[in-house]
Amino acid sequence: MSFLRPKDETKPWKGSYAPYDLVKELCIAVGVIALLAVLLTVLFSSPDDKPSTIAQWSHELPADFATTAALELNGTSDIAEYGPPYNHSSASVQHFLLLHPQRWLGVSHPINTAEDYVVKPLETIPNDPALRSAVAEYKAAPEKQKKEWSEAYAKPLVEYSEAVEEKKTPPSAVSVDQSTGAVTVKASGAGPVPAMMTALQSLAQSGGLEGGLVSSSQFFQTDYTKPLLFMADGGLLGERAEQQHLLGDQWGLMNETGSYPGQPWLWLYALWYQVEPMKSSPNADIQVLLIMGLLSTLFICIPFLPIINRIPRKIPIYKLIWKEHYRDLPDV
Amino acid sequence: MSAAPTTPPRTPSKSWTVKVREKGVEALPPERLLPDGQPTYVASWIYVFGVASIASLIVIIGSGSILALKGPAWWHETGVGHFFNSIHMWSVELFFFVMVVHLWGKYWMASWRGGRGRVWVTGAITFLVAVPAALTGYVSQQNFDAQWISTQAKDAMNSVGVGSFFNLTNFGQMYSYHILLLPIAVVALVSLHVLLVRRNGVVPPFEIDSRKAALASAATSPGAGGAPPPSPPSPSQTSTGGQS
Repeated sequence: MSFLRPKDETKPWKGSYAPYDLVKELCIAVGVIALLAVLLTVLFSSPDDKPSTIAQWSHELPADFATTAALELNGTSDIAEYGPPYNHSSASVQHFLLLHPQRWLGVSHPINTAEDYVVKPLETIPNDPALRSAVAEYKAAPEKQKKEWSEAYAKPLVEYSEAVEEKKTPPSAVSVDQSTGAVTVKASGAGPVPAMMTALQSLAQSGGLEGGLVSSSQFFQTDYTKPLLFMADGGLLGERAEQQHLLGDQWGLMNETGSYPGQPWLWLYALWYQVEPMKSSPNADIQVLLIMGLLSTLFICIPFLPIINRIPRKIPIYKLIWKEHYRDLPDV
Repeated sequence: MSAAPTTPPRTPSKSWTVKVREKGVEALPPERLLPDGQPTYVASWIYVFGVASIASLIVIIGSGSILALKGPAWWHETGVGHFFNSIHMWSVELFFFVMVVHLWGKYWMASWRGGRGRVWVTGAITFLVAVPAALTGYVSQQNFDAQWISTQAKDAMNSVGVGSFFNLTNFGQMYSYHILLLPIAVVALVSLHVLLVRRNGVVPPFEIDSRKAALASAATSPGAGGAPPPSPPSPSQTSTGGQS
């Protein structure tokens, strides 16, 4: 124990005291900090970039929206394959050695991307017999058939998105009218899916999909998990984030929009994502959090850490802090 | 003719109230809780950063309370709301800045010495709890920053299982954490930290060597310097320390 708790020779202060007004000091400090905050506010204000909407996304990046929606229906989007807490898939399930906390905690916010992002919102559209028939046909089909239809529709869209990204000539099966935001997919063997996806695009562009994704049996809603994750599967948020230097490899974890300080206190947390093996690891998040958990514990325990708790005595910065005290000591 | 007023019976000593009061006064008598004097070594600008951290927290809570009174959408719609949101944001930035300087200062003073380990521990935990308090503020903003930060940070929370009860994409839950649960935790920790500082006093300087310390002690002994007399002490002489 003496190794952990070296002998502490600090004795209670027996020296002199000077008058001090703590309450007055606190009041002055509050005033100074408030003034500083007001000054910074007047000089720099604060960022407030408007949120993206699904309507905006489906208008500005119609092919990206259509591709994302097709992958949600097909069950191959990032969220569809994520795993807990959204579903029982495994693509984004992380672990460290024998630690599998993500799986242990289970599915707490269930999302069935085909149902929640496509089928249910379409069922809210009234007075459209053709759509109702298409949805009924889709729902009545066996799972294998649903998969074939949605894959037949998603495949040309994925090829289109890849061609656009690689600046190649996109396949002719997909045509996009940027002025109207209309996406036409020539997909044979897609069954009722083209009719459903055209209706979903129209619903999104009308602004009706946001409401459809947050609605449930409750009237009041405060949970935006479904629409946010749907948008995160698409490209609009990432496109805006890259312009604002908010991506992970841009140390975006601690940044915010504009030239504002963001959360600089997360610098150490962000640092670990920039170095190997975390940088390229599929388990980067749990690795970084475990490292930070360990470092945080050590930070709390500094008084009891050998060597670390002796450094202040060895490096005499304290002589600067208490220079008046030491100056006033009698010469020996 | 009415009966003569009687004095209320003395509270029995087994009363929980009396026990709590006696323990409290014993641990922190008023002159120690709010001293009007400081040890003379408390004479550096570094000491200002402790009280500046508390001052920043007060400004954060004040500006945040105004924002809470008007609701989460107000600051997007009015100039006055945006003004108070800016004050809130900048006071958070100042809070972290002064707190980090305070922590570094306390590290180089080895301020855990003399039985002050709990003072350091509560301060360090306060810093760590303040981080999610700020994060929940960022994801409660209802703007693009909130969309991006919540959808990106969710993976870290999910990877350790925290996402199942701390869902960054659930605005209602994050807002509750931000304006109630985490501020309560921060204020409780800061209060405990300050009370421990008041109880233990500010850590004295390292003794450069024993002879100097002996000389200092002799120079400040009763009659030679102004050391606090043993009993009964005056408030200005019994302080065990100053700012945190």
